Amino acid sequence: MSTLEIRDLHVAVGDKEILRGVDLTVRSGETHAIMGPNGSGKSTLAYAVAGHPKYTVTSGSVLLDGEDLLEMSVDERARAGLFLAMQYPVEVPGVSVSNFLRSAITAVRGEAPKLRDFAKELKAGMDGLSIDPAFAQRNTNEGFSGGEKKRHEILQLELLKPKIAVLDETDSGLDVDALRVVSEGINRFRASGDTGVLLITHYTRILRYVKPDFVHVFAAGRVVEEGGPELADKLENEGYEAYTTKASA
Amino acid sequence: MGLETKPLSTLHEKSSYDVADFPVPTGREEEWRFTPLSRMKGLHDGTAAVTGGVVVDVDAAPEVRVETVGRDDARLGKAYTPADRVSAQAYSSFEKATVITVPKMTAASRHTVITLRGSGAGAAAYGHILVSVEPMAEAVLVLDHRGSAVYADNVEFDVAEGATLKVVSLQDWDDDAVHVSHHHARLGKDATFRSFVVTLGGDLVRLSPSVSYTAPGGDADLTGLYFVDAGQHLEHRLLVDHSVPNCRSNVTYKGALQGDDAHAVWIGDVIIRAEAEGTDTYELNRNLILTDGARADSVPNLEILTGEVAGAGHASASGRLDDEHLFYLQARGIPFDEARRLVIHGFFAQLIEKIEVPEIRERVLSAVEAELAR
Ligand SMILES: Nc1ncnc2c1ncn2[C@@H]1O[C@H](COP(=O)(O)OP(=O)(O)O)[C@@H](O)[C@H]1O
Ligand SMILES: [Mg+2]
Repeated sequence: MSTLEIRDLHVAVGDKEILRGVDLTVRSGETHAIMGPNGSGKSTLAYAVAGHPKYTVTSGSVLLDGEDLLEMSVDERARAGLFLAMQYPVEVPGVSVSNFLRSAITAVRGEAPKLRDFAKELKAGMDGLSIDPAFAQRNTNEGFSGGEKKRHEILQLELLKPKIAVLDETDSGLDVDALRVVSEGINRFRASGDTGVLLITHYTRILRYVKPDFVHVFAAGRVVEEGGPELADKLENEGYEAYTTKASA
Repeated sequence: MGLETKPLSTLHEKSSYDVADFPVPTGREEEWRFTPLSRMKGLHDGTAAVTGGVVVDVDAAPEVRVETVGRDDARLGKAYTPADRVSAQAYSSFEKATVITVPKMTAASRHTVITLRGSGAGAAAYGHILVSVEPMAEAVLVLDHRGSAVYADNVEFDVAEGATLKVVSLQDWDDDAVHVSHHHARLGKDATFRSFVVTLGGDLVRLSPSVSYTAPGGDADLTGLYFVDAGQHLEHRLLVDHSVPNCRSNVTYKGALQGDDAHAVWIGDVIIRAEAEGTDTYELNRNLILTDGARADSVPNLEILTGEVAGAGHASASGRLDDEHLFYLQARGIPFDEARRLVIHGFFAQLIEKIEVPEIRERVLSAVEAELAR
């Protein structure tokens, strides 16, 4: 049983305050959707929790099972059980997918997997997401299409088995087939154990495949409305207009 | 022999076998302004006392002929005329030259290694190597510089029609070595030349690889990798002279620098003369500055004197490790030091894969690992 607890989080980029007091609790077994218009600060929340150096936490707290994540380095947070699937996965020249994943698994599990076991595990993971096995030898994310990058984020999710996963617009830029494959991956992860998911999205369409327990509407750097899955349907019909006008008023 | 002036270019205007044709450099000249002359141990002004002390050892493929010859051997200096003071000094001072011949139509069955071992920083020596690859022949050559020395030399690669020569030159000197060297490749019709330079050790290394073409179809690929530590000066000065039509050149040099007063210099001169229509050339230099106090000077010069090129471009960039790369790896649990190691390794990986000789590739890989562990 794990809990990610975000309390009154304020985050700035440079001098500009972007998050203005975010409160959110994600427990294992739960799936939370954060929905909001572009520029509302969704990625800022994801990056700040993961510890990206560009984002400065000016006040508030983030705890994972009572441990202060904000005191930890980026890699310590990941080893503590946090995972961030990025909206724009980074191309890392010269570092092969296979080498990268083996290093990540070694770091997160605390010991290097046997080469044979790793090869099997990687192959199974790639099969499950319809990734061509040849990608294992390619440089990480380099020259991957948008959809291929997102599949690789979910591959990492499934291999690293975090306690809490933050998925930042994993659905954007995917065609219907890829969306289904990626959603199945997320659902396998959800079913695999005691894990919590914070699904950040702009559109409701992924929520047809990955059913949220809670929906939070994000606008201008804070949560402005919360509810169950029915809130997503309302957004589908009415859009974000009501919230953006309210927020800027 | 007197001065020979290459008419059009402003780069490397003169060449001569005679030291007296080149004034002693002061450090203000364009071609010397980056080099710390005070650390040259007298190679630039003729005060280096020649004591010998660089032992040349050749482990040759069975098909390859190896000779040690005197200064009077008529084959020497045909492919290359010294282009600066130190090169002329070396040319007029060496006692014995090594001549490697790959007979025509012969493919060497394995690589040939020339080991140049310095016996101590007190040893000053001049050297000369001629590698002659006859028509349609093929060979792989390793130049392995080790130990310590104050050493200046010229290496001629004469690659005849349809021949292929692949060279790996390793500057793996001890910390106190000084090495000033010219490598010149002269390519005949449809000749192929692959040069892979790895410079790791030495207090001061200044290596000037150059290429000229005597007939169309020549293809040169010059790759370099250097790792500069505190106090080291590692300088590479490339010159590709396209003087005949339809030849190709590609230059890719990458370096990493760490520590106080680590200094890398990369000069990439490419000339496409008026006659050299259909030339295809690209040159690239990238430097990874790993710490404060390290400096990289990178100067590409592309001089195009014809309107009819197939392709011509250059790029040069020096910068820090990319925070986004490190963040991505760390966000997957990989500790900072390991993430840094992976990214730097990745920066060099595609180059290192190009090294033809497996044991040299392994040696370069582990040398880079060792540098990263420092
Ligand atoms: N690295 C950054 N540098 C400058 N501004 C940023 C940066 N990241 C986010 N912002 C700004 O913060 C606001 C929220 O952006 P973001 O968190 O990406 O929103 P969302 O993910 O909801 O679209 C925007 O105004 C954006 O311009
Ligand atoms: Mg975003």
